Amino acid sequence: MKYYQITIDHKQITVPEGTTILEAAKLVNIKIPTLCYHPDQSIKANCRICLVEISGKDDLVAACSTPVWEGANILTNSRLVRDMQKGVLELILANHPQDCLRCIRNGNCELQNLCEIFHIAKSNLEDEVDALPVDDSSPSLARDHRKCIKCNRCIEMCQDVQGVSILSHAHRSIKYNITPAFERNLMDTLCVFCGQCSSVCPVGAIYEKDDTDKVWEAIDDPKKHVIVQIAPAVRVSIGDAFGMAPGTKVTGKVVAALRRIGFDKVFDTDFTADLTIMEEGSELLHRMKDHGILPMITSCSPGWINYIEGHYPHLLRHLSSCKSPQQMFGALSKTYYAEKIGLDPANIFTVSIMPCTAKKYEASREEMISNGYREVDAVLTTRELARMIKTSSIDFIGIEEEEFDLPFGISTGAGVIFGATGGVMEAALRSVYELATGTALNNIEFTDVRGLEGIKEATVVINDQPIKVAVAHGLSNARKILDYIDNGQCDYTFIEIMCCPGGCIGGGGQPIGSTLAVKEQRIQGIYAIDQDMPIRKAHKNPAVLKLYEEYLGTPLGHLSHKLLHTTYRARSEDLHLLSLWQKETASSKE
Amino acid sequence: MMETTLDKDLFDKIDGIIHAYEHDRHNLVQILLQAQDLIPRHYIPMEVATYIGEQLGVPLSKVYDVISFYSALSDRPKAQHVIQLCKSTTCRVNKYQTVRDVLERELDIKMGEITSDGKFALEYSACFGACDISPAFRIDTEVFGNLNEEKIRQILDRYRGECNE
Repeated sequence: MKYYQITIDHKQITVPEGTTILEAAKLVNIKIPTLCYHPDQSIKANCRICLVEISGKDDLVAACSTPVWEGANILTNSRLVRDMQKGVLELILANHPQDCLRCIRNGNCELQNLCEIFHIAKSNLEDEVDALPVDDSSPSLARDHRKCIKCNRCIEMCQDVQGVSILSHAHRSIKYNITPAFERNLMDTLCVFCGQCSSVCPVGAIYEKDDTDKVWEAIDDPKKHVIVQIAPAVRVSIGDAFGMAPGTKVTGKVVAALRRIGFDKVFDTDFTADLTIMEEGSELLHRMKDHGILPMITSCSPGWINYIEGHYPHLLRHLSSCKSPQQMFGALSKTYYAEKIGLDPANIFTVSIMPCTAKKYEASREEMISNGYREVDAVLTTRELARMIKTSSIDFIGIEEEEFDLPFGISTGAGVIFGATGGVMEAALRSVYELATGTALNNIEFTDVRGLEGIKEATVVINDQPIKVAVAHGLSNARKILDYIDNGQCDYTFIEIMCCPGGCIGGGGQPIGSTLAVKEQRIQGIYAIDQDMPIRKAHKNPAVLKLYEEYLGTPLGHLSHKLLHTTYRARSEDLHLLSLWQKETASSKE
Repeated sequence: MMETTLDKDLFDKIDGIIHAYEHDRHNLVQILLQAQDLIPRHYIPMEVATYIGEQLGVPLSKVYDVISFYSALSDRPKAQHVIQLCKSTTCRVNKYQTVRDVLERELDIKMGEITSDGKFALEYSACFGACDISPAFRIDTEVFGNLNEEKIRQILDRYRGECNE
């Protein structure tokens, strides 16, 4: 490889060919300001804030997109550079509503940070803010495109990483904006509500729908018994919002904080993750034995469900009929739990803390009703819970750890790994193997299905029969698997699909700044928790076994079927004429 | 609400266009322009954009990106005839403003408006390459240049005189 000797701000450094000015500057501890740049994404070079000077050439180049060359002499803090960068920032600000104090991203905004750095006090430019309505049509996400700075990060997420392609740029010049086709609201499109767009937005242009008021109201209502469940992935991510190292396990602190906030009982979604394994594992064995539809695909990820319902509805029968752990918990909270503590389910308010914006949509689906009551009354993302903790004046870092309440606080290592890509598969294999063979599994760690590779495969021998399984995360990887099935090239028996890259630890409701590096640390955190658990197989969870004994009967039994399983339906954009026409041509071709 | 009849016949014709361009998504602009010509009031309804996108393997959001980028394409119904007046450099030098004043007076509407009978719409366009006969406008797909008041009146009369489609 070729190396170049270059000078940055009078300091000499040797870097390999292909290094950009931005990367080279980092090596000498110079942080050139950026805005459209994102470490996990392609270089866009459209915000122009990273302009630097080429000494002696009176020339400015974008540091993020310009590779260095032999002898390059770069100035990152000359008068020209400072004036230019400040000028670019002023231009962006002139087109940006300056109501930062009321913005959901106040204190956590890349544009605000730059304003601090450059001390933008007064600008000669007249404000020209677009008058665009806020799209709050969906239960998951809101878009306030007055705040959009057109960095295109959300588009890369939506088009390339997720392959859903709802958001694109449109129009040109002064009217240039980012929008779904035909300026529709998100709810009228096939958006899957994964929220990945919101997690890469540098400003407050796309954000989670905030439901904290709803939860505060329930907590303040003396008639309501307010219970909360927290998802596996939240316990290794919420620490980020308080400045802790990524991946730090804060389970006990979250439990304590939730009690201080005022929740009556604090439970663990890991419990119903274990329950999911009992139901889903039994369903898989049933399908294998009775020549049911295979491969069977997991159904815990609501963004994934939205995707297959919208884009591959003809493959819906491959989905497991199991509800997600969130909804299983909700269903039990309004039935079994209500009976057990002798409360009218009408007075039970069930909250869930999820790393996910699509969970809000899932909880609002019309079929997610048990015993006549909505299973989950409110869903908060990790970001919203962090806000509630801050509002409650809790010293999160210092708070003493506490334990979950019983009975839904008992869980296993199988439940917690649901939070990482490959976790549901591994948890299922641990149980399915033992349930099918009746013998103990010695090596319970299926490392082939772990990690951040897009599609992972493994083969497990059960009763002398090799079973091929696969794991995919991120919807463009999911699409590849679905195309295998469509083309008849799929020899998998069981497939885990998670909507978000990295699985739930990379969910769209996680603290802002969930880069690949951060995701890797969260994954390590998740598997460390699993390793420390006394019980690591779902079917050995004593509380789950007791639930079957006392209430549900058997997995896939009558009551399980009623409470823990669900149905799916094709989602379509409102294109009646087209579908009518397609039907007509299809029948005329036959 | 939909004024256009999106019937099978229309989609068959669109199939023909897509086929003529060998299902090549690089020809999206040409395909959209030709499809638009088939649709009364010259626009691309969402159903048509969706269909063309599906046939070419282009997401609807990107088809919309293209439609919204070019002034020759529209996502909403226009008038029966759309008069697009060029205001790019050459036409500016050749006083497109004079042409605009005649058009606005003759049709009794302002730029960006549609006549009350729905017959004509007036709008600006970026350059469509008729600089040699500037000032120029385009009525639907037909280009007219070297315009003066007399000529403009004749052209409008010709369109007014045709029987309604």
